Amino acid sequence: MTDALLAPLASLGRGTLMALAAVGRLAIFAGQVLGHLVRPPFYGREFLLALLQIGWFSLPVVGMTAVFTGGALALQIYAGGARFSAESVVPSIVAIGMTRELGPVLGGLMVAARVASSIAAEIGTMKVTEQIDALTTLSTNPVKYLVVPRVVAATLAVPVLVAAGDSIGIMGGWLVGITRLDFNSATYLKNTADFLEAWDVGSGLVKGAVFGFIIALMGCYHGMQSGRGAQGVGAATKSAVVSASVLILAANYLLTEMFFST
Amino acid sequence: MIRIEGLHKTFGSNAVLQGVDLSVARGESLVIIGGSGTGKSVLLKCILGLVRPDRGRITVDGQPATVPASEAMLAQFGMLFQGGALFDSLPVWQNVAFRLLRGHLKRPRDEARAIAIEKLRRVGLGPNVADLFPAELSGGMQKRVGLARAIAAEPQIIFFDEPTTGLDPIMAGVINDLIREIVVEMGATAMTITHDMSSVRAIADSVAMLHGGVIRWTGPIDEMDSTPDPYVQQFIHGRAEGPIAAIR
Repeated sequence: MTDALLAPLASLGRGTLMALAAVGRLAIFAGQVLGHLVRPPFYGREFLLALLQIGWFSLPVVGMTAVFTGGALALQIYAGGARFSAESVVPSIVAIGMTRELGPVLGGLMVAARVASSIAAEIGTMKVTEQIDALTTLSTNPVKYLVVPRVVAATLAVPVLVAAGDSIGIMGGWLVGITRLDFNSATYLKNTADFLEAWDVGSGLVKGAVFGFIIALMGCYHGMQSGRGAQGVGAATKSAVVSASVLILAANYLLTEMFFST
Repeated sequence: MIRIEGLHKTFGSNAVLQGVDLSVARGESLVIIGGSGTGKSVLLKCILGLVRPDRGRITVDGQPATVPASEAMLAQFGMLFQGGALFDSLPVWQNVAFRLLRGHLKRPRDEARAIAIEKLRRVGLGPNVADLFPAELSGGMQKRVGLARAIAAEPQIIFFDEPTTGLDPIMAGVINDLIREIVVEMGATAMTITHDMSSVRAIADSVAMLHGGVIRWTGPIDEMDSTPDPYVQQFIHGRAEGPIAAIR
C-alpha cells in the first residue's frame, strides 16, 4: 500500500533527478566550449566553413520566412487597425514587430530547424563511425575542432541573418502596403524610418546572437551525446531541434523582459 | 613497453573488463583475440584515454596513461579504426596528413601533402587517390587510407582494430601483409584486435585471448596451436561446442 503511494513520488523524483543531470551535463558542455574559446589552437578554416554553412546557406530560408511574415503582418495590422481607424500605423508596427520580435524569433527558429538538425546529424554520425575517437587519437580535441567553430560562427552569423530578415520582412510589408493596401510608397518608407529606433534593431540583433549560440550549442551537444546507429543519430537530431526551439522561445521571453519591461 | 595491471571497466551492469593484466614489449606485435563483446576495443580505448577505466593501471614506457590522454602520449600512437573512421568532409590526402596540418607536428601544406602521397604509395594507393573523398573509395581502399593515416606521423605504437573486417579474403591478405611489413619496417609496437585467424597468423609475434573480462591465455604465436587451453582451441578452430557459449 505504502509502495503504491510512494511510486508516483519516486517517479517524479527520478524524473527531476534526470532533468537536473541533463541540465548539469549541458552546463558542463557549455563551460567546456567557453573555456576552449579563449585557448589556442584556433581552427580558422573550420570556422569559415561553418560561417558559410550556417550564415550564407541559411539566407534563402530566412529571407523567404521574413518576406511572407512581413507581408502577412501588414495585412493583419491593417485589418486590425481598421477597427479603430488606425490603418496608418501599418509601416511602423511592421518595422517594430519585425525588428524586435518576428525577425529574430522566426529567423532563429528557421535556422534552428536547418542548422541544429544538420550539426547534430553530422556530429552524431561522426560519433557512431568513430570519427570523434579518431580526432582524439590524432591529438585534436573534438570540442575545440568541431564545436567551437560552429558555436562562434552561429553566434556571429545569426544576427547578420536577423538583420537581413528584418530588411526583407519590412520590404515584404512595404510590397503588400503599396500593392494591396493603397499606401503611397514614399509615405510608407518615411513612416517606417520615422518610428523605428536604433534599439528596436539592436535588441533584435542581440537576440539573434543569443539564439545563434543556443542553436549551435544544442546541435553540437546532442550530436556529441548521440546514441548508436541510425536511430541514435535520428533521436539526437530531433532532440537538437526541439531543445533549440524551446530554448529560443524561452530566451526570447527573458530577453524581451530584460530589454523592454517597464 | 605497454603494461596493463588489474584493469576493470563496467558499463551499467555489464562488467566488461574484470582485471586485465597484459604487457607488450617494445617492437612486439601482439594480437588480442576473443569473441564479440568481450571488451577488446574497450581495452584499446582505455589505453588511448578514450574510455576511463574503473580501476587498474596502464603505463606506456613507464608513464601512466591518463584520461584524456596528454598530447605527448597520443603523439606516440597511430590507430587504424575498424570502419576506417575517415573524415568525410576532407579529401584523402588531408585525412592522411591530418596530424601534419595542425598541432605541434604541423608542417607546410605542400610538405604535408607530399608526405601523405608517399604514405598512400606505401599502402599501395596512387597519387590520383589523394584528392578523392572517402565516400568515393571502396572498403579496401578506405582501410588502406586509414592505415596510411595511422603511420603518417611515424608513431612508435600502432593499434589496429579489426583491420580486415568487411574485406574479401584477398584484400584481407593484402592488408595483413601491409600491416606486417609496416610494423617490421618502422620497428613499431603493434596491438591488433581481430576475430580473423588468418590475420592472427600473418601479424602476430604473440597472442592474447580475452575472455570473461580477463586475459585467458597469452603466449607466442608458435604456441597458440599447441596450447591445451580449451577456450583458445575452441576459438581458433571456430567450434560451436566448447566452454565458450555460442550465444553471448
